[in-house]
Amino acid sequence: MTREEIIKLIFAIIAEIAPDEDLSHVAPDVPLREQLDLDSMDFLDIVMELRKRHGVEVPEADYPELVTLDKCVAYLGPKLKK
Amino acid sequence: MDLNTEYDVVVIGSGLAGLTGANQLAKWGRRVLLLEQQPNLGGLAAWFRRRGGHVFDVSLHGFPFGMKKSCRKYWNQKITDSIIQLSRIRLDNPQFNITSSFELGDLTRLLIEHFRVPPEMVDRFFRRLKEMEFYSESSQTTRELLEESFPGRSDVHRLLMEPITYANGSTPEDPAITFGIVFSNFLNRGVYTFQGGTDNLVREMRLELENNGVHIRNRARAEKILVKQGKIAGITVGGQEIRCRAVLSNANLLHTILNLVGKEYFSPSYLDLAGSVRMSGSSCQVYLGIREGEEVPDFADLLFTSTLPHYDPAALSAKEVTSQSFSFYSPKIRPGHNRYTIVASSNARWDDWAHLSDEEYQADKQRLIGKTIANLERYLPGITDKIDHREAATPRTFARYTGHLLGASFGTKFEGLKVSQDISREIGGLFHTGSVGIIMSGWLGTVNYGVIVAHSLEVFLGSPSRGDQGGIHEI
Ligand SMILES: Cc1cc2nc3c(=O)[nH]c(=O)nc-3n(C[C@H](O)[C@H](O)[C@H](O)COP(=O)(O)OP(=O)(O)OC[C@H]3O[C@@H](n4cnc5c(N)ncnc54)[C@H](O)[C@@H]3O)c2cc1C
Repeated sequence: MTREEIIKLIFAIIAEIAPDEDLSHVAPDVPLREQLDLDSMDFLDIVMELRKRHGVEVPEADYPELVTLDKCVAYLGPKLKK
Repeated sequence: MDLNTEYDVVVIGSGLAGLTGANQLAKWGRRVLLLEQQPNLGGLAAWFRRRGGHVFDVSLHGFPFGMKKSCRKYWNQKITDSIIQLSRIRLDNPQFNITSSFELGDLTRLLIEHFRVPPEMVDRFFRRLKEMEFYSESSQTTRELLEESFPGRSDVHRLLMEPITYANGSTPEDPAITFGIVFSNFLNRGVYTFQGGTDNLVREMRLELENNGVHIRNRARAEKILVKQGKIAGITVGGQEIRCRAVLSNANLLHTILNLVGKEYFSPSYLDLAGSVRMSGSSCQVYLGIREGEEVPDFADLLFTSTLPHYDPAALSAKEVTSQSFSFYSPKIRPGHNRYTIVASSNARWDDWAHLSDEEYQADKQRLIGKTIANLERYLPGITDKIDHREAATPRTFARYTGHLLGASFGTKFEGLKVSQDISREIGGLFHTGSVGIIMSGWLGTVNYGVIVAHSLEVFLGSPSRGDQGGIHEI
């Protein structure tokens, strides 16, 4: 998957979890939780949706890998290859 | 309903954590059986009807705004849309008499204008709360946090802590992180309730569960959790054996370990840890039904009243009740229903009530009711004549209803969280959810914890070969 595709997929999940958030100005290198009103349950929702929609399992030890969009792309890229 | 003899998951107990966990697993396509020993679902999210047309809610005094978000994500829009704000929370005691919505802005205003706290100090405190993270290793107690933030201000400490003591039984000796998380939850947008009452909420939840294919059995007490070679084999209910790959127990944590499973199945080190788990205390309640046609003047949604000179958590749960919270339920809360009810709650200790003779017990309950009504008269003169139903519940009542040790109202102290989370490392496929660790207690805490544990359970089911990693994950 390309970087754009991964970001799109993440945004699709966030849009459902937090429909009121404006995703048009999210900086890729700043923690998502500093830019969006996401709490730890929202974060778990992202993990659960990645599993449900894309069959990607993110063990708890790897949660820090999803902190920013850049990190998401780096971490999910190899797992989402198809 | 005929039960299958085999499920992916059996959920034992239909408290808010069990209900939400069951729903989540069913939505992921798992075959789920939900067992509840009572005729109603909901656990402590309970209600009951009495002659005179009264419906009493047991634990619907208020929850944080976050419940709205969780209901939207884990239940449905209809449930979410019924959540409404309670904006007038009044605290009256010898130190102050104030009304607030307990939202950040309003509380800031009060602290500065009424309590004359320097704005920088207020600001620093709220920023401090915001920065508190579950993972930040800190052994600070709530007392230390409050003293450091507002030195010598026992009135401010009381304003911030007393409502939380009512809400979850915690005290200043509990870790600051538990206060920080729970208080921030409320501060976020204030206090909310479910319009339509607990019975409506639980009815909607049942419909949702049925739509998602959960098999539900009421009046069905799970007797044993069956373990074979360190793994879940099934459960027994009514003498019948039901096979399953995983069990999600919403029964009391220690009851699950010691009685439903049996301690011989656990490691000594785990049992040691479990042995150190304290309960967060219990409750007394007095339910007052107002006669049809009579009204209660609309002066607060919640009233925390105390005659204690200072905040004193031990005295708050003393049997000689000095401190109570009153919830006022008007037809606004139950549209279409024309009755007013008042529910008074106080923190209580199991030991004060457990060992009384029947006679003493009845007499003490009557005394509690008498004191409660006298207390209420101070705010609503003449209310006594409008009451046509009065009834009390004690730690014994809660113990009998839920089977929770010591009649625990709010689950366990902080250490219970780890014991709850580690249970799946002991027995493959065994998971626990429900009020633990203070932060996973209350309506919001248990709904969220139900989801957290359901996720771990789902991971376990999905990858049986990686069972050793099926442990639960802290969020
Ligand atoms: C008096 C009082 C007032 C409260 N007020 C509030 C409030 O205003 N706001 C708030 O947020 N929270 C409040 N709470 C706390 C809140 O109600 C609880 O934290 C929450 O409802 C507990 O949910 P739970 O999932 O832990 O399960 P519980 O509600 O404890 O339910 C456990 C269920 O398991 C069942 N069970 C146990 N063993 C078995 C078995 N072997 N087989 C079958 N079934 C079994 C029990 O019957 C019970 O239904 C209050 C609690 C009390 C007691």
